[in-house]
Amino acid sequence: MSHDENHSAAVKAKLVRMANQIATFFKSKPHEEGVAGVAEHINKFWEPRMRRHLFEIVDAGGEGLLPLVLEASAKIRRPSEPVTPAQAAEADADVSG
Amino acid sequence: MNAMPEFKTLIEEIDYGTPASPSEKLVTLNIDGRDVTVPEGTSIMRAAMDAGVEIPKLCATDMLDSFGSCRVCLVEIEGRGGLPASCTTPVADGIVVKTQTERLDKVRRGVMELYVSDHPKAWNPDAGLAGTEFDKVAAMVGVTENRYGTDGRNHVEPGVAPGNGSLNIDYIARDESNPYFTYDASQCIVCSRCVRACEEVQGTFALTVSGRGFESRISAGMSENFIDSECVSCGACVQACPTDALREKSVLEMGRPEHSVVTTCAYCGVGCSFKAEMKGEELVRMVPYREGKANRGHSCVKGRFAYGYSTHKDRILNPMIREKITDPWREVSWEEAFAYTANEFRRLQYQYGRTAVGGITSSRCTNEETYLVQKLIRQGFLNNNVDTCARVCHSPTGYGLGQTYGTSAGTQDFDSVEETDVVMIIGANPTDGHPVFASRLKKRLRKGAKLIVLDPRRTDIVRSAHVEAQHHLPLKPGTNVAVITSLAHVIVTEGLFDEKFIRERCDWAEFQDWASFVALPENSPEVVGQLAGVDPEEIRGAARLYATGGNGAIYYGLGVTEHSQGSTTVMAIANLAMATGNIGRKGVGVNPLRGQNNVQGACDMGSFPHELPGYRHISGDATREIYETLWGVKLDNEPGLRIPNMLDAAVEGTFKGIYIQGEDILQSDPDTKHVAAGLAAMECVVVHDLFLNETANYAHVFLPGSTFLEKDGTFTNAERRINRVRKVMAPKNGLGDWEVTQKLAQAMGLAWNYSHPSEIMDEIAATTPSFAKVSYDYLDEVGSVQWPCNEKAPLGTPVMHIDGFVRGKGKFIRTEYVATDEKSGPRFPLLLTTGRILSHYNVGAQTRRTDNVVWHPEDRLEIHPHDAENRGIRNEDWVRVQSRAGETTLRALITDRVSPGVVYTTFHHPTTQANVITTDFSDWATNCPEYKVTAVQVAPSNGPSDWQIEYDEQARQSRRIRPALEAAE
Repeated sequence: MSHDENHSAAVKAKLVRMANQIATFFKSKPHEEGVAGVAEHINKFWEPRMRRHLFEIVDAGGEGLLPLVLEASAKIRRPSEPVTPAQAAEADADVSG
Repeated sequence: MNAMPEFKTLIEEIDYGTPASPSEKLVTLNIDGRDVTVPEGTSIMRAAMDAGVEIPKLCATDMLDSFGSCRVCLVEIEGRGGLPASCTTPVADGIVVKTQTERLDKVRRGVMELYVSDHPKAWNPDAGLAGTEFDKVAAMVGVTENRYGTDGRNHVEPGVAPGNGSLNIDYIARDESNPYFTYDASQCIVCSRCVRACEEVQGTFALTVSGRGFESRISAGMSENFIDSECVSCGACVQACPTDALREKSVLEMGRPEHSVVTTCAYCGVGCSFKAEMKGEELVRMVPYREGKANRGHSCVKGRFAYGYSTHKDRILNPMIREKITDPWREVSWEEAFAYTANEFRRLQYQYGRTAVGGITSSRCTNEETYLVQKLIRQGFLNNNVDTCARVCHSPTGYGLGQTYGTSAGTQDFDSVEETDVVMIIGANPTDGHPVFASRLKKRLRKGAKLIVLDPRRTDIVRSAHVEAQHHLPLKPGTNVAVITSLAHVIVTEGLFDEKFIRERCDWAEFQDWASFVALPENSPEVVGQLAGVDPEEIRGAARLYATGGNGAIYYGLGVTEHSQGSTTVMAIANLAMATGNIGRKGVGVNPLRGQNNVQGACDMGSFPHELPGYRHISGDATREIYETLWGVKLDNEPGLRIPNMLDAAVEGTFKGIYIQGEDILQSDPDTKHVAAGLAAMECVVVHDLFLNETANYAHVFLPGSTFLEKDGTFTNAERRINRVRKVMAPKNGLGDWEVTQKLAQAMGLAWNYSHPSEIMDEIAATTPSFAKVSYDYLDEVGSVQWPCNEKAPLGTPVMHIDGFVRGKGKFIRTEYVATDEKSGPRFPLLLTTGRILSHYNVGAQTRRTDNVVWHPEDRLEIHPHDAENRGIRNEDWVRVQSRAGETTLRALITDRVSPGVVYTTFHHPTTQANVITTDFSDWATNCPEYKVTAVQVAPSNGPSDWQIEYDEQARQSRRIRPALEAAE
């Protein structure tokens, strides 16, 4: 049991670190762009399980998360939320390489 | 042009004798009564060959500049005296050349007669030799007599050893020291083709002619054995040799090959073309193919010689199953293996959910095979849990270049380097990692291009024969972003940017924002130099040179990407190229040197969990619809798990099964203990590989794989070049890898029915715009193409972003330096960085099973003399390397190639367990692990760590195989 708890704490610590790393990159952008950038990045690259854990942390008060992540969380899809038509359209508009 | 013959023949390439002339001006001359028009500067020899007239030659070959020493290629020119050598005489308008006259015949015969008098017959006539160029020229010239006898001074009669009745003071024993080729001085005619190949083609300068006149001998290093000299065993000298003086041992043992097929090397991302020369079903040798556009006839020790793993006894040829990883393996039929695996995956999905399984595609397999694995996961598993080893190498390249330019790949072809004036190498060691490209690069540097190297180590290219970097910035691991932004600082504050280019091609406002950021005082070389340990004047000098020295090209490797800020560094590099206008033409560009043979292809083929082939995000409805229509299923529109995320989910209990094709994550991925814990937590690990690799220690199903010699397909190299892989022998395990995946898919109920990999490529072309025109027929016709290859670019795209960026305007992005959390401190005062060596490839699974181990039998820890002395470490001592993740032991190598405070090792040997010490820190955007920076302590040690001992035992236990029971009658 304690092993599982340790593990879940470790996973969350890792996610906090990853989210903060993303926010740190976008911090140097104009604020609105930075918030949107963090949200878009997590929406595009984080699997629903990872976002579920992120929201567990956010909903529990967001301990350890940078303010930019917390602000962006309003625009991050909760795992239960479907991809919005706007997000889908944006993805289609991306140039392929 | 390169159409492959249907029947089995030995491909003989035309040797024009001298290199092609790049001149656009044409001249017309007359050769043997025929008018011939060729570019100015062409040799008469080449012009004649162009017209179908072969002039006999010994010292000339079109891989090398003409030399004019053998005196066999003489011709007569009307109105000119004497008999000029056709290889060194350029064509001129209106001259009349005769290549066949009585006088010429006589002189040539006389010259050949002298050669023959000091040239023994092939020393092993039974091996079917006597097919050398020398023999052919002798026949061509018509040597019928030898008035001088054959008991020349520097050789002995065949079969007679010195001291055995015919002691000969000039005789030199054969040098058999190289595992792959033999040097027999008595066969040598001192044409110096080998010496020149080593210089001009390879750039190592290991060979020379020692002695004068009749005493002249080819000498490796300081008259050493080849193996003890600087020789890197690239094979260029062997290929150049017109006699049997330098000859592949495999040819001496097996005899001359009988038929050949052009294929692509399965080692690094250079993607060299080779002729696989065969005798029956056996491979005799691999010979670099001159028409190969990546390698232009050159090779390295891996591609040329290290193919022995394909027949190594460790290769597993039968499928195997076990219920628990502590059980011995049980050999089973293919049917049983597929049925078992399909059942397990379905059970896991039923029990734990649709997203509880996934897979990893292989960067060593073909595009077609990679495409099938991701298709199996998306169409069969109905999720996007697919990833590939690019995760741990160049995923930041895809992200960073995608964001700034709109394409997830390098911008140039390798030929481009020939027009480069300033080369900047960042975090790459091309002479070891990408040797054939390095040779082409060094050739350009010897002709005067300038070189800037950013690397914590003094890599070979920094200073080697006739190459020396103008600036080497030995930056501290982890400070890439700071240093590259600082280069930009100099370019912006000193007004060295290309305003016209930026205004035309980029968003001017974005540039201004970026310029104001890089101009901040904290990005100045004086501040950055302090934290990165680099002389600020060197940073300034490097920036000025790159910005103003003509065509500037950046080549970079994993020293850029494998950091917490890997993606940021890629963007910083992209910014630099845009700011100086070094993009969109020949000679410039941003060029990632890709690690594995098909890592570019694996990325292109939709191996990432967030995108479909062609880098199209999975959440796009229009893209998904293309595949949904074709595959008849509804695809998940959420991104899947990346490799590290899969392992986290496994430990957590929500990820239970994985299909791993051609990838050894336990050895190659960071934080080994975490990888092991993740694998151990899964209920069905399927490893599809040539060998029982390290990951297979945790596998429940083993599906034997096939080598690149055993299947058809394509690889895409670092230039985006799609090269054909051609089957030269039947798969020893019975099935090509694409067939294995197909049968697994069929067992899972998917209606796949590909009868040949070309049909898979047709599906890729039909669904991926950048591949639209690619097909096997088309590749046979044009040789190879660089994507995008479609209606807009039917011949492919050697240089990208020519009239504008793929994304529209090039995007300048601020790149703020963030120090990694992995910092040295009192407990772990040194920074460990990792890399590789020429003779080995990646985790070494292939190269360790070849004679390449003679060059590198073990991984060593490079440590500066100062740090070693402080710790009482002597060269070759066992040392313990400890990080916060774990510890391992290996032997020390004391060298000042590394700066004080930095240690370095390779990771080719599993016993080293280098990744036990690397941590789970990763790139912010892509989770690419931070292999290149680990804070460690180093101390003397007595031998292997507890983990190494336990691991060895576990590996030994888990490799036990119980053969299938014979069915009772």
